[in-house]
Amino acid sequence: MSDKKTARLVLEDGTQFAGHSFGAETSLSGEVVFNTAMTGYPESLTDPSYRGQILVITYPLIGNYGVPAFAEENGMLRFFESDRIHVRGLVVSDYSFEHSHWNAVESLGRWLEDNGVPALYGVDTRQITKIIRERGVMLGKILVEGTPEPAGFEDPNRENLVAQVSTRTVETYGNGKHRIVLVDCGCKYNIVRCLCRRDATVIRVPWDYDFTQIDYDGVMLSNGPGDPQQCKTTVAHIEKAIALGKPIFGICLGNQLLSMAAGARTFKLKYGHRSHNQPALMVGTDRAVITSQNHGYAVDTTTLGADWEPYFVNLNDGTSEGIRHKSKPFFSVQFHPEASGGPVDTEFLFDDFIQNIENAKRQ
Amino acid sequence: MRNDNKIEKVILLGSGALKIGEAGEFDYSGSQALKALKEEGIYTVLINPNIATIQTSENIADKVYFLPVTPEYVEKVIEKERPQGILLAFGGQTALNCGVTLFRNGVLEKYGVQVLGTPVQAIIDTEDREKFVEKLDEIDVKTIKSEAVTSVAEAKRVARELGYPVIIRAAYTLGGLGSGFCDNDDELETLANKAFSYSPQILVEKSLKGWKEVEYEVVRDRYDNCITVCNMENFDPLGIHTGESIVVAPSQTLSNAEYHKLRELAIKIIRHVGVVGECNVQYALDPNSEDYRVIEVNARLSRSSALASKATGYPLAFIAAKLGLGYGLHELKNNVTKSTTACFEPALDYIVCKIPRWDLGKFKGVSRELGSSMKSVGEVMAIGRNFEEAIQKGLRMIGQGMHGFVANKEFEVEDIDAALTHPTDKRIFVIAHALKNGYTVERIHELTKIDRWFLEKLRNIIRIENELERHNNITHVPDELLREAKRRGFSDFQLARTVAKSSPATIEDDMLTVRRYRKMRGITPFVKQIDTLAAEYPAMTNYLYVTYDGSAHDIDFAHDNRSVIVLGSGAYRIGSSVEFDWCSVSALNTIRSQGLRSVMINYNPETVSTDYDTCDRLYFDELTLERVLDITDLEIPRGVIVSTGGQIPNNLAMRLQSQHVPILGTSATDIDHAEDRHKFSAMLDEIGVDQPRWRELTTMDDIYRFVDEVGFPVLIRPSYVLSGAAMNVVSNREELQHFLTLATNVSKQYPVVVTEFIEHAKEVEIDAVAKNGEVLIYAISEHVEFAGVHSGDATMVFPPQKMYVETMRRIKKIAREVARMLNISGPFNMQLMAKDNEIKVIECNLRASRSFPFVSKVLKVNFIDIATKVMLGVEPDVPHKSAFELDYVGIKAPQFSFSRLQKADPVLGVEMASTGEVGCIGETFHEAILKSMMSVGYAIPEKNVLLSTGDSRSKMDMLSAAKALQSRGYNIFATRGTADFLAKNGVQATVLHWPDQPDQPNTLTYIKEKKIDLVVNIPKDLSKTELSNDYTIRRSAIDFNIPLITNARLASAFITAFCKLDKKDIKIKSWNEY
Repeated sequence: MSDKKTARLVLEDGTQFAGHSFGAETSLSGEVVFNTAMTGYPESLTDPSYRGQILVITYPLIGNYGVPAFAEENGMLRFFESDRIHVRGLVVSDYSFEHSHWNAVESLGRWLEDNGVPALYGVDTRQITKIIRERGVMLGKILVEGTPEPAGFEDPNRENLVAQVSTRTVETYGNGKHRIVLVDCGCKYNIVRCLCRRDATVIRVPWDYDFTQIDYDGVMLSNGPGDPQQCKTTVAHIEKAIALGKPIFGICLGNQLLSMAAGARTFKLKYGHRSHNQPALMVGTDRAVITSQNHGYAVDTTTLGADWEPYFVNLNDGTSEGIRHKSKPFFSVQFHPEASGGPVDTEFLFDDFIQNIENAKRQ
Repeated sequence: MRNDNKIEKVILLGSGALKIGEAGEFDYSGSQALKALKEEGIYTVLINPNIATIQTSENIADKVYFLPVTPEYVEKVIEKERPQGILLAFGGQTALNCGVTLFRNGVLEKYGVQVLGTPVQAIIDTEDREKFVEKLDEIDVKTIKSEAVTSVAEAKRVARELGYPVIIRAAYTLGGLGSGFCDNDDELETLANKAFSYSPQILVEKSLKGWKEVEYEVVRDRYDNCITVCNMENFDPLGIHTGESIVVAPSQTLSNAEYHKLRELAIKIIRHVGVVGECNVQYALDPNSEDYRVIEVNARLSRSSALASKATGYPLAFIAAKLGLGYGLHELKNNVTKSTTACFEPALDYIVCKIPRWDLGKFKGVSRELGSSMKSVGEVMAIGRNFEEAIQKGLRMIGQGMHGFVANKEFEVEDIDAALTHPTDKRIFVIAHALKNGYTVERIHELTKIDRWFLEKLRNIIRIENELERHNNITHVPDELLREAKRRGFSDFQLARTVAKSSPATIEDDMLTVRRYRKMRGITPFVKQIDTLAAEYPAMTNYLYVTYDGSAHDIDFAHDNRSVIVLGSGAYRIGSSVEFDWCSVSALNTIRSQGLRSVMINYNPETVSTDYDTCDRLYFDELTLERVLDITDLEIPRGVIVSTGGQIPNNLAMRLQSQHVPILGTSATDIDHAEDRHKFSAMLDEIGVDQPRWRELTTMDDIYRFVDEVGFPVLIRPSYVLSGAAMNVVSNREELQHFLTLATNVSKQYPVVVTEFIEHAKEVEIDAVAKNGEVLIYAISEHVEFAGVHSGDATMVFPPQKMYVETMRRIKKIAREVARMLNISGPFNMQLMAKDNEIKVIECNLRASRSFPFVSKVLKVNFIDIATKVMLGVEPDVPHKSAFELDYVGIKAPQFSFSRLQKADPVLGVEMASTGEVGCIGETFHEAILKSMMSVGYAIPEKNVLLSTGDSRSKMDMLSAAKALQSRGYNIFATRGTADFLAKNGVQATVLHWPDQPDQPNTLTYIKEKKIDLVVNIPKDLSKTELSNDYTIRRSAIDFNIPLITNARLASAFITAFCKLDKKDIKIKSWNEY
């Protein structure tokens, strides 16, 4: 019930869902994906991996705790994952017009509006999810009443999304003893925070930067949006880094890029993994972890080079959750050990990475 | 399989009778655990005297012992059965405490019994609050600052140090027993004294009133893999026991950082404590920062875990049992998807709202204020896709005449501020009242500390109501508003009342008009699935709910005439609990066995019937006419069974029939003939069956005239009651007047029925199944107590031991005639009284009764299976078995929870007061009564018995028991009159003075000092002044945890039994050995 404008989500296959607008009053198209996390919308919205995507949140009640303060800490927004909203459009079932939280400074609707991001509420997000689950991810449009409709369905995966979200300059965070190059393909702030907490100096470089020229102790390959095949330049640099032999740790897109450098192929999943409850098993052990994930592509580990092996595997669908080198300190995971949002169970991987660096220094 | 320890036989401890703080949730957890063990081929032995549970039914455990869950009896069963393993985490605090004792006294070690799952040391570390705090200190997890004390003086010192308000808790108790808040020294002294009677150690801690209360359900396997299955947020802030709070899942006002901070801590805690299986962590969370405290950790399945299982679809108890056997989480499957792993955390795409059900109105003198100890007797869980929908559904489910958050009967609040600050069972409606009276969200937040988010949502409901009120005709309401109202949980009834401004006389028609109109406008609800993964993977089970916040169904409706719907029994409450769940589940089993689609509608998270494994389709939803019609519209079932779920479905029968829903079994018209006193009475007259004289009257004058005719006492009640709501016996004119103002107030639609009350009559029940009016099978039981004690509070004996064959024959004849007259096809129950060779019918219900599981299990014939086959039109196989052939006796005894109901008078009357029951089997009456009494918490007294035996008739009734006590060498203490009477009859008793006398030795001192092992106090009559001394004795006995009996016939039976039998004469025999 509201004075809000009506708005629709139109899927590529023609299915339509009518609701109301609560963000910016603008119409656009993008790739429609769903996320089943029950918390963490400020984190998701600012996660660069969502670039080009219209996000459907399956948890119906959204906006409850508003939007946190825009305070900065160490050159990063403290409560967000980047400096802006990357999600192209947002679709929820029951938007909470009134929010309540000690740390909230404004409502979700207001924040979206200020950032020019359209949003839709009052639609059956479960039904949308089922359609995507059954037919696979597809393109879609958010159409807000009285605004010009985009002509066609724009496929963001044809663009180099990584180039759009990556830093343009080299930036340095922290002042720790380990010099870590962070290859920013659309990096979440929390990766930087996790490294800085572990006595690191983080040198954040653009996605296509030849970081092998820098004197570093380890390489962190960040998460990021879109099809990994768009990042061949990065892969070429990683191949050089592998040859250098210093520790490498990849997350999400970083995992796919390291895998490509290790000779593996990647493929697009039917509807991806976007949630806080993905179970992964450390291969060859009984150690299972609950992970936060956000990816649409996966690695085919059967195509890995002989020196590499699967590290983690998804307990639900058997897809790869990570790889590692059989003898050298290179590993990467498909999930998000930095969490934010989601469970923090795998933060120990950052410790492992630092340990690898320390071991490498000793040798 | 991971059974590395060669476990072949396992004992599982149940939780015994349902009581406040320990209810049906443990039937659910135990049943799940037994199922998990059975799947592994393990031989299971269950000890649980609760005969009405599903877990004590055939084919669940391999062997069942209807024995007290006490160290003494469990040891004897262990000695006999020699199991390799024992499960302690599935029978609540009762099982846990029992297990800890068996561990400490070396019994488990002696017999080589391994505790499966969480080690006992972990249990001890979490149960002893001091150890618990130390344990969490080790890992820098914050707990509430508190100090353990062993004396009242110490408690005061600590309280002053911490600063009031403080909370005190007793260690090792059920759901906060003996706990409470104190604002000053006086309050502390009172409460501390009481807490010390439960436990030698109490804790004084700083109160964090107003902080958020959040819980996590955590699971850990032996590989140290951990998951949190669910978190839950209390609507009511800290200060109200979580069992007394409205609770939502998942949390609504926590940010990602807060959610995962508490989640991480929960995992850290479970790892450090070393739980293998499931545990629950409760937190207080500062509403203004991320500061927190751990309130407590329960290293066992709990009410919250049952709720979490139902809220998420994750079968916690089942998984916990498997983990106890050594499986890892990653080695188990998700039972809902059948394809994904059990090692995951459910993603919900709905919100659930749990609301407690109180029955405080049934107790005399009880305090209605809510606090840190639990008083509610049951709960409901409502599922919706927004908060407004869920809470409005939930408030209807509670079943206390409310229709949601708004559009309820007006109710008076004298002082809104006070009512908001001091929460009672009515607080949510006080909030509605306050919002309507212009209170702002901010103001209500200040007074209640309830998070503004919840209050804003409630205000939203009021806003919609205001918009609706502007219209006078449903057809004038714009579609968008109508849709919005339905989305926000408004029922057709609420719409009729808000829009059409319906009167009670027109509401039913107006409600149906709303229904027709909205269907015409295409405004109908959708059926959604609970699938644990928010639609990411398809679900293979049909765990369903109904919502207006959606646009498509998750399931298809085959319309193949195979669906048979069973209406469940709703919230557990006094008068209706696990016994009706047993009936419902039995019906579902029979439907399934006939190759039909079993469909359940129920909303009680504590039950087995709401386990999605129990039926083919579970609608976890309302049992209102509207919702049942919504479902029958979609399912187009072969029929609906209304006779196995107690009074809620029974009351729907006529209304469903009038909407052309096919009712299976006895026709709704005939059900109405039994429910309607006039029709039933006329029928009894016709077949020449007697009944106590009664009249339905509308004025006081008529009532006085009728009372002149039949004499006092008389029984007064409104029509259509269950368990005697608003029913009372009055012995004089003053009481009559006083009571009628109460009774008429609650039942405007129905006139008052006055019935002559026959004293000292024997009460008899018959449970039976008939087909087309012919009785197929029956069971006659007798009560130990005389008529006048509610049948739910009576001690029931089957087969009857002290009944004339002539009486039995006549009862059977009456039952046959009634069955024929009402053309019964299905279950029915009659209560009768017998006195001086005369038999009178008290009432007749054309549905299963509370005693169906009891008689079915004692006779070993499932009455509901037969009844269901009759209703399905299948020829039942009726065994020719007679109760006369049984060479054993079954006794069903009530469980009371007076200790939780502060100030309530623990006396029995026509109002039912018990919260649960047990049923035990013995070779003799004496053996059976001892087993059953011990199962509900009585102990054979050591040496001192206090008798205060009421009027002369009771004194006579008790005389032979008193003589038996004397000859067994008991010390008898008595109040003056009783002592005199006993002396005259050759029984020596020490006189104890009445509580209001200053003299010593005094009854009160003896009780407080625990010098008495058993108190028998028989109320003299019902006049108020006479009662105060007796009340003090009874209440003190309860408060100081001394067994109390208030009925002369029961006291006599119990005393005679323990004087005649030695404990060693009590046989350790399982159900199948009888």
